[in-house]
Amino acid sequence: MRSTIPRGPRMTLAPGKKKEKLDRLAELSAVRDDEQGVSLWREAMRRLRRNPSAIVGAAILVIFVLVAVVGPFLVPFDPVDQSGIREGVIKPGSIPGSSAEHWLGYDHQGRDEFSRLIVGARQTLIVGIVSTLIGLTIGVTIGGIAGAAAGLGGRWGRLIDSVLMRIVDMLLSLPSLLLAVSVAALLGPSLTTVMIAVGVVSVPIFARLLRGSMIAQANRDYVLAASSLGVRKSRIAISHIVPNSLAPVIVQATLTLATAIIEVAALSFLGLGNPDSTQPEWGLMLADAQVYLDVRPGLAIYPALGIIITALGFTLLGEAMREALDPKLRR
Amino acid sequence: MFRFIVRRLLQLIPTLFGLSILLFIWLHRLPGGPETALLGERGTPESRAAIRESLGLNESVLIQYGRFVKRLVQLDLGTSISTKRSVTTEFLQRFPGTVELTITAMVIAIGVGIPLGYLAARRRGSFLDQFSVGGSLLGTCIPIFFLAYVLKAIFAENLGWFPTIGRQDASIEATHITNFFVLDGILTREWDAAADAIWHLVLPGVALASIPLAIIVRITRASVLEVLGEDFVRTAEAKGLTERTIRRRHVLRNAMLPVATSIGLLTGLLLSGAVLTETVFAFSGIGAFIKDAISNLDYPVLMGFIMIIAVVFALVNLLVDVSYSLIDPRVRVR
Repeated sequence: MRSTIPRGPRMTLAPGKKKEKLDRLAELSAVRDDEQGVSLWREAMRRLRRNPSAIVGAAILVIFVLVAVVGPFLVPFDPVDQSGIREGVIKPGSIPGSSAEHWLGYDHQGRDEFSRLIVGARQTLIVGIVSTLIGLTIGVTIGGIAGAAAGLGGRWGRLIDSVLMRIVDMLLSLPSLLLAVSVAALLGPSLTTVMIAVGVVSVPIFARLLRGSMIAQANRDYVLAASSLGVRKSRIAISHIVPNSLAPVIVQATLTLATAIIEVAALSFLGLGNPDSTQPEWGLMLADAQVYLDVRPGLAIYPALGIIITALGFTLLGEAMREALDPKLRR
Repeated sequence: MFRFIVRRLLQLIPTLFGLSILLFIWLHRLPGGPETALLGERGTPESRAAIRESLGLNESVLIQYGRFVKRLVQLDLGTSISTKRSVTTEFLQRFPGTVELTITAMVIAIGVGIPLGYLAARRRGSFLDQFSVGGSLLGTCIPIFFLAYVLKAIFAENLGWFPTIGRQDASIEATHITNFFVLDGILTREWDAAADAIWHLVLPGVALASIPLAIIVRITRASVLEVLGEDFVRTAEAKGLTERTIRRRHVLRNAMLPVATSIGLLTGLLLSGAVLTETVFAFSGIGAFIKDAISNLDYPVLMGFIMIIAVVFALVNLLVDVSYSLIDPRVRVR
């Protein structure tokens, strides 16, 4: 088809290569019909790939996930084995540091710190993902119902929306850590408790976000068009509005992963996490190591660095995604 | 204006009502049941029977809830299991410490954050700008209790510049009237007591301020950048006004709006962080007491403190909303 499209007038300025160059230039600068349309996600991916902080964030996360998934198979020592106590190297007031065998030394219970750090990555990743997922599913359900009701439901819909948002606001009436502490107090100290508590804290954020996004979408023309075509309200909500409203939720989920890991560490510090410290998790390791800061600061610094760098990775990626998905920046 | 405030206060009532229901359910779902929760493990059979009677545990749920609310309204929040004093007393004694700490952190966060954010926006792309943005990102990623320990280890234990724990040196003879130690020192003209109290506030204040500082820098920078692109700033520059005048009269006033709206959010963060910071520095405010209550399973304290903090938090948010309408005349017209 291309060859039959008539070209512009031939440029007869100069013979040879220059003419061909000019022809090519004219062809390239001609406005082309966009056959595929510009999708938000495709644009966003393109912008993300060029954003340096997104690349750094993604790189950190890839390394973190690799270590979490593959690491435990490659660790030199058993993270639970208290070999240091057996070998008698752990004495009160002295915990051996780095050596040729134990790259990061022992921890306060005679276990190999390096192995615990690597295996701890997996547990920390799981904890972060599960808490965020808990908040995400509950929050998105509530926010989705509220948003759909408010946008499409008329008077009753707005009432349902008010009631749901009032309930959500009650969760917001407490500072986050205190809310987490109350939930954790009900459930008894364990890792599951901490994940649920941190998840509950993030529910209002997701609920409000999706609700706001859906209400904004519900006012758009395509919804009016769909409903006047006779499409059922529920189908409009599920197949049209929700997919268009998900962008900020995904961004928020990435950012929440970062804060979830830190909040889990804080709850462990307060004594609400897993009381048994055999299974390594960075937050728990950090909390346990605080007492030994003068004897062996490394015990606290290594998991802290792990937490900080991972949280930084999620935050960088999340912020870059927020910028990339911002429709106002579309050209 | 008045109607706005009244309307907001009225909106507070259903929220508090819902909160009281949640707390009631929470109290009754605690491990061991409410009697164990309120009395601890060592409650004698007589006191347990007495509690059961006063809580109305043998009667219907509605009556129990009614008694619960009656006690709340009378500010009877129970007795602490660990200290055996009333929860209200414990709260009133320790709250001033946390308030001083929170104010210190807020002063640091605003005093450093707003100029830094402004300069970062003004000199966009410079080293200062990148440092501020990077620093603010890092600030939100560092666990507060770790930062607190590091600050304590470096500046208090190693360098000895600041005291390691507490609100005040025990050797200083200080009279306490209001329990706001700095204020007391000033009121009684015991300048050494006031100075010592301030000195004790520095490290915990800095640790607590880290996250709000990061947020304020980010918000101020974004907001100033937006305002700098506005036409009225270009007009002001064309008129030949000095940088200082433009900054004061036009840029900062408009850029401050988003910061003002975030103060409610920041207060929540400060209260959360106070629990962790006070624990690390053994600072006797409500935060450290909450941590002790968790360790000792002192549920009356937990429940009472959480209720009070929720009310305080709601009032702070109300104040923020009201002041926002004062600062931004556009909100009033709507």
